[in-house]
Amino acid sequence: MEVYQGKASFKGVAIGRIAEMKKASTVVRRMHVDDVDAEFQRYLAAKEQAQAEIMELHDKALKEVGEAQAEIFEVHAMFLDDFDDSVENIIREQSVNAEYAVATTGDNTAAMLAAMDDNPYMQARTTDVKDVADRVIRDMNGGSGDGNVFTEPVLLISDDLAPSETVQLDKSKVLAFVTRGGSTNSHTAILARTMNIPALCQVPIPKEADGKMGIVDGFTGSIYVDPDADILEKYQQMAEEEAEKQRLLIQLKGKDTVTKSGKAIKLYANIGGIGDLNFVLENDAAGIGLFRSEFLYLQSEDYPTEEEQFKAYRTVAEMMAGKEVVIRTLDIGADKQIDYFNLEKEENPALGFRAIRICLTNEEIFKTQLRALYRASAYGNICIMLPMITSVWEVEKAKSIMEEVKDDLRIHKVPFKDVPIGVMIETPAAVLIADDLAELVDFFSIGTNDLTQYTLAIDRQNQKLERFFNAHHPAVLKAIQMTIDAGHRHNTWVGICGELGADPTLTETFVRMGIDELSMSPSSILPVRKIIRDMD
Amino acid sequence: MKKVDYKVTDPKGMHARPAGIISSTAKQFASVIRVACGSEEADMKKLLPLMGLTVRQNDVLHITIEGADEAEAAAAVEASLKECF
Repeated sequence: MEVYQGKASFKGVAIGRIAEMKKASTVVRRMHVDDVDAEFQRYLAAKEQAQAEIMELHDKALKEVGEAQAEIFEVHAMFLDDFDDSVENIIREQSVNAEYAVATTGDNTAAMLAAMDDNPYMQARTTDVKDVADRVIRDMNGGSGDGNVFTEPVLLISDDLAPSETVQLDKSKVLAFVTRGGSTNSHTAILARTMNIPALCQVPIPKEADGKMGIVDGFTGSIYVDPDADILEKYQQMAEEEAEKQRLLIQLKGKDTVTKSGKAIKLYANIGGIGDLNFVLENDAAGIGLFRSEFLYLQSEDYPTEEEQFKAYRTVAEMMAGKEVVIRTLDIGADKQIDYFNLEKEENPALGFRAIRICLTNEEIFKTQLRALYRASAYGNICIMLPMITSVWEVEKAKSIMEEVKDDLRIHKVPFKDVPIGVMIETPAAVLIADDLAELVDFFSIGTNDLTQYTLAIDRQNQKLERFFNAHHPAVLKAIQMTIDAGHRHNTWVGICGELGADPTLTETFVRMGIDELSMSPSSILPVRKIIRDMD
Repeated sequence: MKKVDYKVTDPKGMHARPAGIISSTAKQFASVIRVACGSEEADMKKLLPLMGLTVRQNDVLHITIEGADEAEAAAAVEASLKECF
């Protein structure tokens, strides 16, 4: 048995035969040509065909792995336009064949990129440039499918994988990706993540491993070649457990979240940053129920600019492609402190200067965020949610500031949509005046963490209070029911975005209470979907 | 001749996708469009040389546009820069 250690790009366990990736052969000979015009035309025709093929890969990737990963193919197609001048020059100056001119152009470009020591992103594009050059050359020789047809599922080993190669592969025949080069940021790693199979990179595995049995451990980043019996047994068990988990997920993906009697529930995801979007899509959330905008402020050394915020909100809106994205305005204070806000120390921060209270006091901070949100609204389906509401005037005031922001955008002819407005119901006061609040807003989202803390007057950080704390306290459940009923009296949809939303022992209770939406961490979505689908 | 200066705010600098959008925009015009960043210069209509400028966050791009349609080109280039960064 041999073990090779690399870096894990995506977790999981795979056991199977090792297969070395065969690269489509592109051996190029330099040949003299007389009719250089015809030779250049031959290149142009092949280039056009290659671009069409690349856009097909783009469409395939778009369906299989989503927009973010598909984009690279658009860029590939554009790379090729840049080849024209150099290829034409080489053909005409040297009276050589187009294949040679393309290969040379590809090599020169790759060398230029590889030399960018200070720019790892561009260095990583070296593989991409070679890949598109190879494709054009193949197309000039009548095209050729790739030679990687496997009869059994394999652990695929290669030096590096171009995105076009990973997309073309028959995924049912690949158990894992192992590359000798690459990085955890390469497209292969991202695609593997989306395909949900383990992937390792930077593994110094010799070519002789081809054809042997192997185990890929995507948790530790190692690959075992010719594993010993006890190791094999241990991993077989692990693989079975993983497969069982995956089976449940795959069964539930793409399914609606409806009870047997036909009541549909919106299952949304809570996210704390752009980085979580992958998990949101992976777990098939129907939307985003809570986007904590604080992360923009927490990551920053100073107030994030309108432009920075706009870009983050737009990215989320675009990535969710028309699905609802509920963005909560700044919710700092209490346990979330930021230096540059210069907030005073308080005796009782949970009851202090936080969230909407900061926004209505320092209107400029609030306006910057609202402008960014409204500008981003043109790119998707954004909803704005206000935290820590206790009074009707707060909502009225916030809405009047929104109107000012909208007027200003109109004057400057900046496109935006009239987004739905909602409030967090996380104080007992909000529950008791829910009828009045519902008249002003389009939706409620119950923040059960704070609602529990404020209703029971129990600080959840204080361990001494554990025996007094009850997450399922009847007072909290009653508050939730009151909120739902009040919302429904005014055509306001009601969701839960606190921890209770993901509590599987309460899912049935909430559905019976009439909840419209549950928002939770992405990994909880499919298990909760299962509970709802099994309900009458 | 038209000049456009633009400060790149994107933390990732000029990566492939924005570079692609910007060069596609530039290609639509007959004017010669050059972009300089630091001591290097490139043809804005060419994707790879543009990416080769290694533009980073807070770098300032100095763009010169010369030709019959320079006014429209300047406006379009500026708009696509704003769109991308």
